[in-house]
Amino acid sequence: MNTTTAEQASAPVTEDALRSVLLAGERPSRPGPVLTSLTFGWRALLKIKHVPEQLVDVTMFPIMFTLMFTYLFGGALAGSTQEYLQFLLPGILVQANVMITMNTGITLNTDIQKGVFDRFRSLPVWRPSPLVGALLGDVMRYSIGSAIVITLGLVLGFRPEGGAVGVVLSVALLLVFSFCLSWLWTMLSLILRTPNSVAGVSMMVMFPLTFVSNIFVDPKTMPGWMQAVVEVNPISHLATVVRGLMHGSVPAGEIGWVLVSSVLLLAVFGPITMVLYRNKK
Amino acid sequence: MGKLAIETRGLKKSFGKTHAVAGVDLAVSAGGVYGVLGPNGAGKTTTIRMLATLLRPDAGEAQVLGYDVVRDARAVQSRVGLTGQFASVDEDLTGVENLLLLARLLGYSRRRGRERAADLLDAFGLAEAADRPVKKYSGGMRRRIDIAASLVVTPELIFLDEPTTGLDPRSRNQVWEIVRGMVAEGATVLLTTQYLDEADQLADRIAVIDHGKVIAEGSSGELKASVGAGSLHVRLRAPEQRAEAERVLAGVLEVPAEPSADPAALSARISDPERVARALAELSRSGIDVTEFALGQPSLDEVFLTLTGHAAEEDAA
Ligand SMILES: Nc1ncnc2c1ncn2[C@@H]1O[C@H](COP(=O)(O)OP(=O)(O)O)[C@@H](O)[C@H]1O
Ligand SMILES: [Mg+2]
Repeated sequence: MNTTTAEQASAPVTEDALRSVLLAGERPSRPGPVLTSLTFGWRALLKIKHVPEQLVDVTMFPIMFTLMFTYLFGGALAGSTQEYLQFLLPGILVQANVMITMNTGITLNTDIQKGVFDRFRSLPVWRPSPLVGALLGDVMRYSIGSAIVITLGLVLGFRPEGGAVGVVLSVALLLVFSFCLSWLWTMLSLILRTPNSVAGVSMMVMFPLTFVSNIFVDPKTMPGWMQAVVEVNPISHLATVVRGLMHGSVPAGEIGWVLVSSVLLLAVFGPITMVLYRNKK
Repeated sequence: MGKLAIETRGLKKSFGKTHAVAGVDLAVSAGGVYGVLGPNGAGKTTTIRMLATLLRPDAGEAQVLGYDVVRDARAVQSRVGLTGQFASVDEDLTGVENLLLLARLLGYSRRRGRERAADLLDAFGLAEAADRPVKKYSGGMRRRIDIAASLVVTPELIFLDEPTTGLDPRSRNQVWEIVRGMVAEGATVLLTTQYLDEADQLADRIAVIDHGKVIAEGSSGELKASVGAGSLHVRLRAPEQRAEAERVLAGVLEVPAEPSADPAALSARISDPERVARALAELSRSGIDVTEFALGQPSLDEVFLTLTGHAAEEDAA
C-alpha cells in the first residue's frame, strides 16, 4: 500500500479529454445472458488472480485431510494406510468440492456490503448473470481443488481402477452437483447480514453433513439410527457414486439419484435466490 | 422549464418502522445539476435507489426520463448511470479491469471496450493507476473511478450519491469539475449532499429533505429568500443604548432584534428590505448613533436551521 505513488498518479482531470469521452456516445447493443454470465465468470477468475490467498481453503484443507486421515486412522480403520487411501480419496474429493461451494455465498455477501452489487443490479443485463457468473468462476476452484486431491492421492499410492475415464466422469459429476448446491449458499448470503454469519451457518450445515456420511468410514460400525442418517444424506450418495466411478463400476441408480438431487437443489434454491436478489434492500 | 428528467409523486419506502422516504414529490428538469440536500439519514440514498430501480417503492410513482421505474426498469437502467455512496467498483480488480468488465457487460467488443476504458482513465487522470488494484487508490482516485464507471456508456442522467463526502478539498474540487464538465455536455446530474456549500456551488435547483420529506425546493437564491431577505447588523456608538435600540428595531421590523457578542452591536432578521431605511431613520430620530450597519444574505445553514429546527450537519457521519 503505497499512498505516495498513488498521489503522484492522480493527475488532474482534463476538460478536453472529459468532453471527448462524454461525447463518444456509443450505444452498443445489449449482450445476451450467456455472454454476460461468462463476463461475470471472468471477473471471478480475475479475483483469483489478484487474491490467490483465497485459494488456501481450496488447496490446504484437502491436503491436510488426506494426510491426516490416511496416516492417523488408515491402519486402524482399514488395516493398512494403502487400503484406506483407496476408500478415502474419492470421499475427500467429495468433501473438498462441497466445502468449496460455500465460497460464492461468502463472496456475494461481501459484494453486497461493499455496494458493488448495486452497480451490477442497476445494469441492463440478464438478472441472474452476476450470480451465475460467480458460480461459473467457482468451477475453476473445483477443478483446482480436484486436481490437487487427485494428484496427491496418486503420489501417495491411490490407484483408481476406473482409470482416467472414471476419474474424469466423477469430477464432472461433482462439478454439476456442486454448482447446484452452491445456490443454497447464495440464498443464505442474501438473507444473512455479514460474510461471517454466512460462513458460520454454512459450516454448521456442511460439517455434520460431510462427517455423518460414508466419506471417512463405512457406516456398518455405526449405531442403527446414525446409519439411517448416513443413508439419507445426499453426500453419502455422492461419495458412493464417485467411489464407484473411480473404481470402475457404474452405479447407474445412484448416479440418477445424484442428478435428481442436483436438479432439485437448483430448482428450489435457484428461484428463491433470484427472488431475494431482486428484492434485496 | 424543459422536459422533466425525473418526476416523482408521493414516493414512499419504509424499512420496518423507519419511514426512510415518506412521500417525496420531485420535478427535475433535464440539463443541469439538481441537488438533494439533507442530513445523514434523511432518505437521500433510499430515494436514489428507488429512482435507479434498485428498490421497489412501497407507494407512489416515479418516472425517470419518461419511463416508469417499476414497469420500465430496463429502459431506465440503460439510460442512467449510478455512482453509489459507497465503493461501487470491485476493489480487488484494477481500474482498467473494472471499466473493461462494465464495457463488456454493456455490449462493447473486447477491443472497443479496452479503448473506451483507456479513454475514460485518461479523462479522469487515472491512466497511471490503470493497472493497480482499486483498493490501493487514494480516496479521491477511488471516487473518480466510481464516477468513470458510471460513464462507460454515456448516460443521459447520472445519479451521484454523496460524491464528495469524506474527500479532501482538492479531490472535492476535482469531482466538482467533473460534474460541471458533464453538465456542460448536456447531461442531467442528480446529486445528493450533506454539504450546504456544495449544493450552493453546484446545483441549479435544490430540494431540502429531512425525515424522508421534501421540506423546501427551489434555487439556492429562492431558498434563501424564503427565510427572509437576510439580516440587518447594527453597531452603536454607545453600548448603553443597546436596549433602547432593540426596542426601536423590533418596532419597525416587527421581529425581535438580537444582541450580538459585541456589547455595542445587535442584529435582526428582515423580511422586507424596504423597512431597513425606515429602521435606520427611526434610530437616528430616537437619538441613537449608528457607527456601522450591514445587510447580511442568509446562508444555506440558516435556511436549513429555519426549515428544520436543527442544523444540517449536526449528525453527519
Ligand atoms: N436497508 C435498510 N434497512 C433498514 N433501514 C434502512 C435501510 N436503508 C436505509 N435505512 C434507514 O432509512 C433511513 C434513511 O436512510 P438513507 O436513505 O440511507 O439516508 P441518507 O442517504 O439521507 O443518509 C435511515 O434511518 C436508515 O437507517
Ligand atoms: Mg446516504
